[in-house]
Amino acid sequence: MSTGFTPAGEGVSIALDSGEVAVLTSLVSQILTLVEPGVTGEDPLERALGIGSGEVPSDPVLARLFPSAYAEDDKASEEFRRYTEATLRDGKRADARTLLDTAEPGVVKLTADQGRAWLRALNDVRLALGVRLEVTEQIHEEMAEMPEEDPRYPALAIYEWLTYLQDTLVRALW
Amino acid sequence: MGATAPMEVQRPSSDVRPDLPWLTIVWNDPVNLMSYVTYVFQTVFGYPREKAEKLMMDVHHKGKAVVANGSREEMERDVQILHSYGLWATVQQDR
Repeated sequence: MSTGFTPAGEGVSIALDSGEVAVLTSLVSQILTLVEPGVTGEDPLERALGIGSGEVPSDPVLARLFPSAYAEDDKASEEFRRYTEATLRDGKRADARTLLDTAEPGVVKLTADQGRAWLRALNDVRLALGVRLEVTEQIHEEMAEMPEEDPRYPALAIYEWLTYLQDTLVRALW
Repeated sequence: MGATAPMEVQRPSSDVRPDLPWLTIVWNDPVNLMSYVTYVFQTVFGYPREKAEKLMMDVHHKGKAVVANGSREEMERDVQILHSYGLWATVQQDR
């Protein structure tokens, strides 16, 4: 099992085995599939400006990755979404690609910028798993008492491992 | 105000009231790590670690915290950046 990230020069590094790389790249590839490029309108000007749909995504994971910006104003939320979601989608896709391009078995060395892309990409995977697995703040305690035969156990064990990786990455970048 | 107040100070009410400031709110969620949220507040707003940690603890314990205030445009930009980091952030007018 990986010992997590450590500071390395201006950036960070981590030793990963092939199984760990396979898990990471599989999950991040799923994010890339889920977060499609921002869909912009038919109007050429809107397309050029990256203006897209204002609708809240129906998939709860996408709704969490792209939350409504106004808690009590649907119209303002829709406008905000029209002007920002395509850009946000492209950013998340770029972060995912950075992780996929740099993750390989052995010692992975990342610049600080690449480290921050990994940080956001790991967080997106954790947010997605968190929604699908209905994770609560007590997940750590729940896991400690959960029998390994529980159908949620394997996915939650991966979630906990990603939590550990992300936490060590934050501390290595600080 | 006295009855002798000069007329010229009595401008239309819509002119007198300055725009209310807008706020960026971050809400608690079960996934984002305490360390990560603190790091994001430092990175996005340039806050010293102590202030970032206090705001993170407010989010954690009170369910939400005001993390920035300013014009509506500035707050929307902040919220967009916070969404890029996966934080659950919203804009609202200060009331």
